[in-house]
Amino acid sequence: MDTALIPKGVKRCPMWQFLLGLGIVGAVLLWGVYAMLLCWFKGLNQTNMNDYYGFALWIWADLAVIALGGGAFFSGLLRYIIGKDELKHIINYAVLIGFICYSSALLILAIDIGQPLRGWFIFWHANVHSMLTEVAFCLSCYFAVLTIEYIPLILENRQLDKVPFFHNLSHNMHEIMAVFAATGAFLSFFHQGSLGGVAGVLFGRPFAFREGLLIWPWTFFLFTWSAAAYGPCFTLLITWITEKVTRKKLVKDNVIELLAKISGWMIFTYTIAKICDTTRWANITAPGLGQNLADFYTGNAFYGYWILFAEIVLGGVVPAIILISAGLRKHPTWRVVAFFLGVMGVSLNRWVMVLQVMAVPILPFDTWALYYPSWQEVATTLLPVAYGIILIMISYRYLPIFPQEAELNPIEEETSTAVEAHTKSAPDLEPAKA
Amino acid sequence: MFPFSFEWLWDAGHIVFHGGLWYALNIIGIGMTYCIIKAVIDTSKGKGGHGHH
Repeated sequence: MDTALIPKGVKRCPMWQFLLGLGIVGAVLLWGVYAMLLCWFKGLNQTNMNDYYGFALWIWADLAVIALGGGAFFSGLLRYIIGKDELKHIINYAVLIGFICYSSALLILAIDIGQPLRGWFIFWHANVHSMLTEVAFCLSCYFAVLTIEYIPLILENRQLDKVPFFHNLSHNMHEIMAVFAATGAFLSFFHQGSLGGVAGVLFGRPFAFREGLLIWPWTFFLFTWSAAAYGPCFTLLITWITEKVTRKKLVKDNVIELLAKISGWMIFTYTIAKICDTTRWANITAPGLGQNLADFYTGNAFYGYWILFAEIVLGGVVPAIILISAGLRKHPTWRVVAFFLGVMGVSLNRWVMVLQVMAVPILPFDTWALYYPSWQEVATTLLPVAYGIILIMISYRYLPIFPQEAELNPIEEETSTAVEAHTKSAPDLEPAKA
Repeated sequence: MFPFSFEWLWDAGHIVFHGGLWYALNIIGIGMTYCIIKAVIDTSKGKGGHGHH
């Protein structure tokens, strides 16, 4: 039915199977859209946010997908600026994942601001004293860059590529992609950092506050660093999931191992910096502001020392050791364990820096303020997940996302035809003689 | 957002924030304009037929 649209040399599942998959994920998407419309039409009273929680599940999801989408800018930096040529075999997928993450982040923000029709105010009436203004600028611009990086991939669709203008446009965009990649890295550095900076400048909340360099608290640098470190982990985890779902090898091991190794060293250095930061904060910064470590991890039903351990040790030290050790990194199971722990670690870090910050009591008469999301918040947070799966399904089916797929999964019929044609074209050839 | 906006001030905050924004938007805009114009020229010269890359 849609054979003419499917890339050459690869095989895809039957149409009914594809539509069934789309239908199942589409149901979750519709549930999210319904919740989103409730939030837009009835207002933010549909959420469990309150005076304690101006930032809640949405902002955690926002920060998490932005960190996980960091694989796009960091892989682009490695491929186009630093010149790691092997990564050309995974960069398309990194861009697609980044595009999904950033469009999801913008969608979540559009729900969170309550009145999306006034979303443009942040540009027009910009508050230049707010780190979030810089986040909004960079996020929007970087989403434009990701769209530019995704467009050539769409234009390489088998049918679109036959149109000379589209073919030339795609070719030209590829030629100057390094310029866009460099712009993307510049924008990412600042918006990832500013998201961390938002927490770090909260001098009234000792749990979040950090000293820093000039106007930038240490969390600014830690957030950028962690996005560059863990973003590729997410790209690799989604690649692994895609391989399991399609039951195909899509990217060669040397490419996976290279990106895993770089990610491992980035996580390792980030974790050292994070441990130094935590040590200083626990012993100097927080006591200087009148609170100590026990105030942040005791006296409530949920936030204990386990969360600190899970974030730094399980989500930092363990994946770093696995990915920088050649033996463990080459072992497929350990590698995936590291990817999973890494993704969990950075998501937990964002959770802590958004939600635990709000939960910790800061006044003598105050108590812990725990929060659980409403179903509307959960549904609207699952909405981007469903949207992402659908976009991956459609892109994988119709676009040449994985350049090595045809080579790694030769189609029987074509292989035998090719061998036959080769034999027929050179019937008189003899084996080479030494 | 623009210097002619009533709330605009010629201070460091506005210059740095909006300077950065316009810098990025210009690179994106000029880059895409270049790609599109070159694609139009290439297409008018007959490049990009099926099988060409």
